[in-house]
Amino acid sequence: MSRTLITGNGAAAWGARLAEADYVPAFPITPQTEIIETLALWYERGEAKGRLVTLESEHSMLTAAGAAAATGVRVFTATSSQGLLYAMEMLYAVPGWRAPFVMVNVSRGVATPITLESDHTDILAARDSGFLQIHCASCQEVLDSVLIAYRVAEDARVRLPAIVNQDGFTLSFTREPVEIPEAGAVRRFLPAFDPQGMAFRASRPVSQAVAVLGGSQYSYFRYEAHLAALNALDVYEQAAGEFASLFGRSHPSLEAYRCDGAEIVFFMIGAFATKARDAVDRLREAGRKVGLARPRLLRPYPEAALRALLLGTRAVIVVDQNLSMGKGGVLYAELASALYGRSGAPLLLSYIGGLGGRDISAEEFYEMAAEARLAMDTGVVPEPRLLYTAEELRGIRKLQAIAQAGRAGMGSKP
Amino acid sequence: MSELASRTFLSMKDLPSAHLLGTGTSMCAGCGSLEALHEIYDILGGKTVFVNAAGCMTMLSNYPFTPFRGGWLYASMASAAAGAQGVRDALDILLEKGRITADEDMTAVVLAGDGSTYGMGMSANSAAIERGLDFLYICYDNEGYGNTGQQYSGATPHGAKTATSVRGFPGEKKDLFSIWAAHRPAYVATVIGAEPLDLAKKIERAARMKGPRLIMALAPCPTGWDFDPKQTVEIGRLAVKCGVWPLKEYADGKLVHTRIPHPRVPVEDYLRTQGRFSHLFSPQRNESLLAQIQARVDAYWTGVH
Repeated sequence: MSRTLITGNGAAAWGARLAEADYVPAFPITPQTEIIETLALWYERGEAKGRLVTLESEHSMLTAAGAAAATGVRVFTATSSQGLLYAMEMLYAVPGWRAPFVMVNVSRGVATPITLESDHTDILAARDSGFLQIHCASCQEVLDSVLIAYRVAEDARVRLPAIVNQDGFTLSFTREPVEIPEAGAVRRFLPAFDPQGMAFRASRPVSQAVAVLGGSQYSYFRYEAHLAALNALDVYEQAAGEFASLFGRSHPSLEAYRCDGAEIVFFMIGAFATKARDAVDRLREAGRKVGLARPRLLRPYPEAALRALLLGTRAVIVVDQNLSMGKGGVLYAELASALYGRSGAPLLLSYIGGLGGRDISAEEFYEMAAEARLAMDTGVVPEPRLLYTAEELRGIRKLQAIAQAGRAGMGSKP
Repeated sequence: MSELASRTFLSMKDLPSAHLLGTGTSMCAGCGSLEALHEIYDILGGKTVFVNAAGCMTMLSNYPFTPFRGGWLYASMASAAAGAQGVRDALDILLEKGRITADEDMTAVVLAGDGSTYGMGMSANSAAIERGLDFLYICYDNEGYGNTGQQYSGATPHGAKTATSVRGFPGEKKDLFSIWAAHRPAYVATVIGAEPLDLAKKIERAARMKGPRLIMALAPCPTGWDFDPKQTVEIGRLAVKCGVWPLKEYADGKLVHTRIPHPRVPVEDYLRTQGRFSHLFSPQRNESLLAQIQARVDAYWTGVH
């Protein structure tokens, strides 16, 4: 085991390398490209064995990924944002093929306006696709999660593809110390892919992804996939437990940080949750009973673990780094559905923050905690809010004034 | 005229007498696509994985039934060629690593209609060709989005009535053969079920090659073209005889017509057989459009020897 400074993208590539992925259908997109470039270089130099093929789109990339997995090889791929959305038809299709593989998504805000920086609206558009989703908060987690994801995805009880999500820039381009496990140890944790007879072979013809006529057959297959996704809850915990005993790093489906005796709990996914962790430390130092709940697994949703952790707390602050327009934060609505009507359900506060890479400051975490305290005292929950300062708004007004002045200067305005 | 060098198919007597593709599918009576597919499948055989794009043929494999003896994978409308890429690459990897034996290998075959092929499937197929993918692409071309009730597609001929061009399609049928050939793939050929010997020779030739091999089959469509199902074969023959569907192949940088109809019957004789062109004849003859269509066919054959 060696410890080295690598980016989240480098960690993702190491995950694919250590998993000994046979096949990497690829397509470049910022901020993911470094992953496929790294793998391409290793394959070309012969440092790792694998075949990388650049397709002409993410839609084709995912089709090739699913088709190769359905033929019985271990497949890795990666994308981001617009690419994920471009592939969306196949993202919903390939889980039904029950062909397991792992894709790393490097989260990036979606157009419009077009941007390169991170939020989770892209990955949450894949929420209902049938892909399992593991969300990472560190570069180490990216590497480890790729390995765990293969174990879970390929398990006979699951057989669904999995997405490992990391935040663009925040993780993808940030070097962190990462322990790279020994190949031999990884092989013990993750043996070669066994397609369990579901593959194209001349001696054993199979038809895959055939059409159905009527809702009865359709419902059957869709619900089967749902049940398989639910199976992934236990399978994940087993795999993560085994991973912890082999490699000494624990990645349960739900991270509970300083939640013992917590009255107020932040609820976040992804890299910005580490900012919440810092805020929790400061607030604890100031004597506040505050913790952080961070689901790694978003699909399947670790509902029982969330209830066990959060029922009995007094307020949960959900910080959504995503926006469902006309509704609000996706994680907030999901958590509400898990806790509603249960005894001991905490108050739920909803904040939208970190859209398109916008920072979330320590002060904002303290402010959210103060609002939660007020809600606990008054019983009145504040309306959902966007984390956005008056100063930022002044900055926007200034840009608008410049834009207007520019138009006036060109004579388009009287 | 150039004769195909066929080892097996010298005359109609040499064509397979037993059919491999199962019967009882949900295709329409007189389906020209199914006719061509039967003939193609007899030659390709069951060591094939058919990667399918959304279209009429998608309904061939309906849970739990399939007429195929080998593999089937429904992909999507736009990306069947990418599905073939995944299957081929995976099989190559398994062979290379010794995880399967050579006799377990299968040929990746795309089965796509003209709606997919001439439109949204084009970039995936173009890219598969440029990568030199070892696969067979079969486009069954019934000149419209047949499975949704025959709306016009990029393959619809000028003047044809469709569900979305009731006065006749104003555009032109895309010259996909030239587009494919411009990629310089291993092989491109046109076929039609009504000319089974020509089809068999081409499929046999394609099956012996490596690399991208692209077949387009004109598929007379009783429901979409509006004719009696029993006329499928006759209309197919007419399409060749009048010259609207040239039988040709491209290999090694050379284009060869495998049948030069001589003399060509008037295009009118072909158009008359189909309700989709009835507005060219009644209530009165559209002389200028008929002449225009004939002139285009004539222009195509000028210089073909």
